[in-house]
Amino acid sequence: MTPATQAALDRVTRVAGVRGALVVAASDGLVVAEQLMDGVDGQAAAALTGSLVGRLARTAESAGMRPPAFLHLRGDAGGVLAAPGPDDLVLVAVVGPDANLGLARLEMIEAAGRLG
Amino acid sequence: MRALEPWVVQPLENFLAESAARLTLLMTSSGQVVAQHGFSRSLDVMTAAALGAGIVASTEELARLMGGARFEALVHNGQRQSCMLGAFATPRGRWIGLVVFGPETSVGIVRLFFDQLVQQLAAAAPREPTPAPPMLAENFETELNASLKALFGR
Repeated sequence: MTPATQAALDRVTRVAGVRGALVVAASDGLVVAEQLMDGVDGQAAAALTGSLVGRLARTAESAGMRPPAFLHLRGDAGGVLAAPGPDDLVLVAVVGPDANLGLARLEMIEAAGRLG
Repeated sequence: MRALEPWVVQPLENFLAESAARLTLLMTSSGQVVAQHGFSRSLDVMTAAALGAGIVASTEELARLMGGARFEALVHNGQRQSCMLGAFATPRGRWIGLVVFGPETSVGIVRLFFDQLVQQLAAAAPREPTPAPPMLAENFETELNASLKALFGR
């Protein structure tokens, strides 16, 4: 794991309510690096979030818009946050319902920009 | 999609719907085809099955020589389409899945739903295998034609 990747995961997992973070190769949907709590399926999160980010980027492009800088998928028991970075990498966080989403968003956008 | 065994159909349909794979082949470790999706010619299926089984046998032997466990899957990334080969245990013995997919999906998605396919096949497989009749030389052509008819509907 590169120091930049390690630093990104450390920053995100320090935020309250974050259950884990991954760096994902968006086009492949594979895990590049991860720091996850037990019970979080990193392979599934990487594959599905990579696919989601790719499809949303293509959707935005088709609509003549810039690709999204941040995604928040909200569920009953928590959510998934994703921040695309350089070199086809995406920083993903799996969060519980009590997570500090504002801080997580700031940290993720900042950390994702330093990936690669 | 065509399958020789009916209990394979639902897990394979689920996999195809979720993974967006272009071609899928399920076979035994000896290369006998169990189900196929996307192939239009029987010759292509038989060739792909033989090559896939050979590749898996080679990589498993390579893993053994290197002193490690079996490889879980082998992925060949191409420009326009990619191919994944994975061997797995079923109550009916060791099977191989060969999946060809394009840029409309990803290797991560294919791996994820392939793992689910393996679990669903293990759950759906009948506990008591039906005893296979002995393969006799005089029945070989009839058996082969029956399998091809089931896999291609003609």
